[in-house]
Amino acid sequence: MGNVIAASGVASTAWLLLALPAFGALVLLIGGRRTDGWGHLLGVATIVLAFVWGLIEFLHATGLPAAQRVQNLHLFTWIPVNALQVDFGLRLDPLSLTFVLLITGVGGLIHIYSIGYMSHDRDRRRFFAYLNLFVASMLLLVLGNGYVTLYLGWEGVGLASYLLIGWYSDRPSAATAAKKAFLMNRVGDVGLALAIFILFAKLHTTQYTQVFAQAHTLSGGTLTAVALLLLLGACGKSGQFPLQSWLPDAMEGPTPVSALIHAATMVTAGVYLVARSNPIYDLTSSGRLLVVIIGAITLLLGAIIGCAYDDIKKVLAYSTVSQIGYMMLAVGLGPFGYALGIVHLLSHGFFKAGLFLGAGSVMHAMDDETDMRRFGALFRRMPVTAVTFGLGYLALIGFPFLSGYYSKDAIIDAAFAQGGWRGWVFGLAAALAAGLTAFYMTRLVIMTFFGPARWKDLRTADGGDYHPHEAPAVMTVPMVILAIGSVGAGAYLTLGHRLADWLTPSLGALQERTSGGSLSSGAVTALTLVLAALGVVVAILVIGRRQVPVRRPEPVAWPIRAARNDLYGNTLNETLLARPGQWLTGALVFSDRRGVDGLVNGIAKAFGGSSGRLRRLQTGFVRSYALSMLGGSILLIAALLLVRFSG
Amino acid sequence: MSPSFYLILAALLFAIGVIGVLVRRNAIVVFMCIELMLNSVNLTLVTFARVNGSLNGQVMAFFVMVVAAAEVVVGLAIIMSIFRTRRSASVDDSNLLKY
Repeated sequence: MGNVIAASGVASTAWLLLALPAFGALVLLIGGRRTDGWGHLLGVATIVLAFVWGLIEFLHATGLPAAQRVQNLHLFTWIPVNALQVDFGLRLDPLSLTFVLLITGVGGLIHIYSIGYMSHDRDRRRFFAYLNLFVASMLLLVLGNGYVTLYLGWEGVGLASYLLIGWYSDRPSAATAAKKAFLMNRVGDVGLALAIFILFAKLHTTQYTQVFAQAHTLSGGTLTAVALLLLLGACGKSGQFPLQSWLPDAMEGPTPVSALIHAATMVTAGVYLVARSNPIYDLTSSGRLLVVIIGAITLLLGAIIGCAYDDIKKVLAYSTVSQIGYMMLAVGLGPFGYALGIVHLLSHGFFKAGLFLGAGSVMHAMDDETDMRRFGALFRRMPVTAVTFGLGYLALIGFPFLSGYYSKDAIIDAAFAQGGWRGWVFGLAAALAAGLTAFYMTRLVIMTFFGPARWKDLRTADGGDYHPHEAPAVMTVPMVILAIGSVGAGAYLTLGHRLADWLTPSLGALQERTSGGSLSSGAVTALTLVLAALGVVVAILVIGRRQVPVRRPEPVAWPIRAARNDLYGNTLNETLLARPGQWLTGALVFSDRRGVDGLVNGIAKAFGGSSGRLRRLQTGFVRSYALSMLGGSILLIAALLLVRFSG
Repeated sequence: MSPSFYLILAALLFAIGVIGVLVRRNAIVVFMCIELMLNSVNLTLVTFARVNGSLNGQVMAFFVMVVAAAEVVVGLAIIMSIFRTRRSASVDDSNLLKY
């Protein structure tokens, strides 16, 4: 890790990156209906300006010598409480600047696309306010110079995604999905918060610079605990096993939201967190191993479930889950993989955003229908969408010389390069998932763009005919740009280790595979290509050659049934987390009602009851009072006499 | 005459008063029984004053008379007002102050 220098010159104005989208969100939210007319333009303008500013920062940083590329910009003292001193500042280094460009670049394109996609929505202005809020939070997440600033952005992103997933709040399913995403993110956030607490308790600081400098003083157990808690946070945000099931449900939001949040940026926050905390993960091999295991499980899980769904957005969502599994696996490989994970993250940002925008365009044309069984033969009706979608598809399945080929292949290669059982297990899992990816994506493309036009005989939800048409230019242009990125980004970033070298000040030098490993590089490439080709061929034979039934076949064999049920991910969460939680609350409520409340109410009842009996003595009859007075007097006198005359 | 006759008479009067208070319902009669008890006590006080040859008991009896007179004034006024509102002088009828 290079030394950190104080930001100066252009870098000292980096706060503008945050301020622009935050300003946009503030104006649009406070301005209300008054800003309806031009709100979407302001929303786009702030992001485009932020992108331009990010580009300036980036070019400035590339002009600096490598030793000066990690810069710290102190803005103000945020939480000055005795021992807890948290400064609000930004860390400008190759990693954060790369993310800034991805977020504002892809985010900007999606903003532009949203102008067209949301044009029929009455609340388009509010939508852009939320998008701006999201971008501002995400920028804070990646630019913050400490874990607390990261946490602020982390929660901001969670809030924005909640608002956007639940955009169609009149649909109960959308409201539920938003709640589910929020709650499952909270599970991860608890992990992140605990990690920050431990770091503060042990190191008395939460700023990256100090934490990373002192990380080696921590004991092994503490390091592993911090690494695992950070991983829990990453799993929550990135939709990794076992917290993956919120991500497909999050597709209830408008499609640009799916593209922006659940493909290109927010879900990559977990990968960013692990990559950013690389000095901690470098020191704990068991922590890294668990990251790899989680990544491997998730990438297989996502790929298997992706094969079974008929909902175009859900297939893409599980594809995202799977691809982020690849990134997790990569960053879990430590110095061999941090940069590879970021490369795949960037190229995935391009092609998955493009795929989602393409899916949005298809939905736009097909009356918001998402069931692929009702599509077919859309190629001729919407050629631009089909071609850009096709390029994204080819990039995703790792077609030679497109983005995915460079980024994903490198990860599979690095997994095999581990050697030993790890090399075989993780390498084969990653390669197998590549084959499955090719299968489900080919299935998706065939069902959507090729084959017979099944929609011709069907009616829309309103009872009308389908009239598929190409989207307006404001939607197709971002798709074209993203398609170009899907084609070229991988080669541009990886050839000559361009990105890896650029990221070295943040992530350390990328270690090349040494001799050994379970398979040689050439064999890995060949294996991956063969598996991917096999996936494509099988998909063509199984889906392309047969008639696709419009109703989904029931019953089906158990593997498909399991995949349609998300491989029981929801059941797992429910059994492991929700049920015990409910039992616990049930037991607590019971003991509270019967124990604590019972004691208090019992005492009160005992007094109430006995005084109720006692007050019956007050009959109101004067003569009975007189009798008791007489009795009392006689008793007193008798006692007096007894004392007087007995002794 | 032996002072014990006076004391026995006083005890009898007191007992009659007590029984009267306990068994009679008419407020006026109850009141008279209370007066009877007070006067039996007065008789006792005067008897002991005579036996002991001191004036303390007789002074005490005067005090009791004064207090009794005041009490009669207040008590009869209360009974009168109760009778006016409730048309009854029975102590058992005025039993509102209870649980």
